[in-house]
Amino acid sequence: MSKEIISGGEALMRSLINEGVDTVFGYPGGSIMPVFDAMYDHRDDFRQVLVRHEQGAVHAAQGYARSSGKVGVTIVTSGPGATNTLTGISDAMLDSTPIVVIAGQVGCAVLGTDAFQEIDFVGITQPITKWSYQIRRPEDVAWAVARAFYIARTGRPGPVVLDFTKNAQTAMTEFEPACVDSVRSYIPYPTPCRKAVEEAAALIDNAERPFMIVGQGIELGEAHEELKAFAEKANIPVGKTLLGLSAFPSDHPLCAGMLGMHGNYGPNYNTNQCDLLIAVGMRFSDRVTGNVATYAKQAKVIHIDIDHAEINKNVTVDVPIVGDCKEVLPMLTELVEKRDHSKWIESFAELNAIEYEKVGAKALHPDGGPLLMGEVARKVSEASNNSAILVTDVGQNQMMSSRYFKYTLPRSILTSGGLGTMGYGLPAAIGAKMAMPERTVCLFTGDGGFQMNIQELGTIMEQGTAVKMILLNNNYLGNVRQWQELFFDHRYSWTPMLNPDYSMIANGYGIPSRLVIEREELDEAIREMLSSPGPYLLHVAIKEEANVMPMTPPGATVSEMIFE
Amino acid sequence: MEKKLYTIIIYTENIAGMLNQVTAEFTRRMMNIDTITASSSSVEGVHRYTISLWGEEDSIQKVTKRIEKKVDVLKADYYVDKEIFYQEVALYKLSTPKILENNKISKLIRHNGAHVIEMNANYTVVEKTGSTGVILDLYNEFVAQQCMLQFVKSGRVAVPRDSIENLTELLFDEDYKRKPTKNNK
Repeated sequence: MSKEIISGGEALMRSLINEGVDTVFGYPGGSIMPVFDAMYDHRDDFRQVLVRHEQGAVHAAQGYARSSGKVGVTIVTSGPGATNTLTGISDAMLDSTPIVVIAGQVGCAVLGTDAFQEIDFVGITQPITKWSYQIRRPEDVAWAVARAFYIARTGRPGPVVLDFTKNAQTAMTEFEPACVDSVRSYIPYPTPCRKAVEEAAALIDNAERPFMIVGQGIELGEAHEELKAFAEKANIPVGKTLLGLSAFPSDHPLCAGMLGMHGNYGPNYNTNQCDLLIAVGMRFSDRVTGNVATYAKQAKVIHIDIDHAEINKNVTVDVPIVGDCKEVLPMLTELVEKRDHSKWIESFAELNAIEYEKVGAKALHPDGGPLLMGEVARKVSEASNNSAILVTDVGQNQMMSSRYFKYTLPRSILTSGGLGTMGYGLPAAIGAKMAMPERTVCLFTGDGGFQMNIQELGTIMEQGTAVKMILLNNNYLGNVRQWQELFFDHRYSWTPMLNPDYSMIANGYGIPSRLVIEREELDEAIREMLSSPGPYLLHVAIKEEANVMPMTPPGATVSEMIFE
Repeated sequence: MEKKLYTIIIYTENIAGMLNQVTAEFTRRMMNIDTITASSSSVEGVHRYTISLWGEEDSIQKVTKRIEKKVDVLKADYYVDKEIFYQEVALYKLSTPKILENNKISKLIRHNGAHVIEMNANYTVVEKTGSTGVILDLYNEFVAQQCMLQFVKSGRVAVPRDSIENLTELLFDEDYKRKPTKNNK
């Protein structure tokens, strides 16, 4: 039987369907028009989401990917369409998010001539992607798409770019679906070294104060149960990075809390008290380590990571185990023995109680005054049975919502960790809600970040995406203001911000909203928001000059947190 | 930490844009590449880069790992000089009239084992293979004799001293691929 002859654009459609794609976020333009034309015939095959800016498309694809574990897809045009995706691609690279960004490109015949909307997209994206490839012939579409999805989702996930020349979109080719399940130069799942696992198990059995710190690797490796089984058998407290907050349930007796600059006192302080640090699927980011020269120097360190380039990158490790945590953790569980670490485990609660007394109580139960971010976050979390997906923007809203949310289900926090991208939140929440329609998706954003991609309210309007948006408005770029207060002598350079009437903006997009100023209104407003069937903007007037505490000041030792 | 001269040997798929991907890892850290040689390897379709640069082992190790991590990079390893055999090749374009009037120059060519690969009435092209030091010593000698017209030197090529051919093992032994190497310790 002869194979069907179709265009490169149609070949892309069939290849995407072949990969199981059910949602595409995009924005059309000149050099990608043949692809959008092909999409017109596939309106019933997958959801086609017109965003309002290409940056929004990538963040939406990220939100889709991180909430579901599937590959997020973005299709944009060449030139400015492509360059508008760079922030999201960089964000996905730093936060290991599997996305495929397909950008139009001018025809091969005019490549390198500064043609209209031509930029060297492969050249620009090589340093910020796992793989970046130019499709120049329609015959390569099926293979390139299959390879792109394989690379994006396997091993340590990440972004892949396909730069699709216009001639390859329009030219005809015989089409046959492709499958890529290996690349000879790429080892996505290295086999863990058994000897290293045995060495690690011996260290764990002999440790008096072992402490496990886990990151997003648990979520990406879907190793939640394996982590729980290991922690429970070895009886080891678990600290979590910002991106790993839903890797281990908040209410588990071994949950030690959040690590990092604005994390909890217990896990940060005890990092420098433990005699064994077991890092799993985390990369010792400087936001977690503080001053690396004084970080856990007293402890032996075991580092389990799928990416061998992470080993000894920031922290020198005694026992590295390069492998998938879903495979390594059960190997360790089998070898380790149960030990009594009850006094050590209690010490985390005692330290966290100090933090609660100095910071938490006031953040959650203030004696009057303007509303605070922490109390709003905790109330929203509890009102959604601690089972919502928290999507944050970047800044104080991010730190306070992630600190005071509680996590009971996997993949419940989406936040821009590595790149710290303001404007991430709103589009990421849209993507998350589309991927996980049965879950409540709560966006916490600030007045700064909300306005960085506020145009995506148009996407919400058009798609009817039921995102619950909580705008914590303090009329400041709050995190920078906090640093100016603490480290720049209260010189509030460029941080006070005159805000628009957000209710009018929401109304303009047909989105119900409510402004809450008084504490007494908050519970009712949250109920209203959560029970409304569609999108909702809860605009909360927050104390203007409040700080996120505790804090490890930049360059300070992890155990030396300040409380005010 | 002490700065040393390191040689990084990288095997990649032979595709457009690889060199850019490899060198970008150095650019990002403002590490200055001393020499770079790109060529085909003993395996069809596989390209080989030999890069030499000065640095501290810690940063050399990190950059090597980052290069090896790239999807289309098959293997990347770093070496110090005692772990490899290495050579460079130089071409010296000398003035023929000066050679004819000054017999020290032809002695220099002979005593250094250099080869004349072209000679005409105006200039003579001499080729010499050796280490950087040997090549530059000869350069200085020619300069002292005031006969130098042009000079060019290649980057280094190197083979490791170990008897195992890393790449062959890598491509044909699946288990080897999964073994921890010097770089992922």
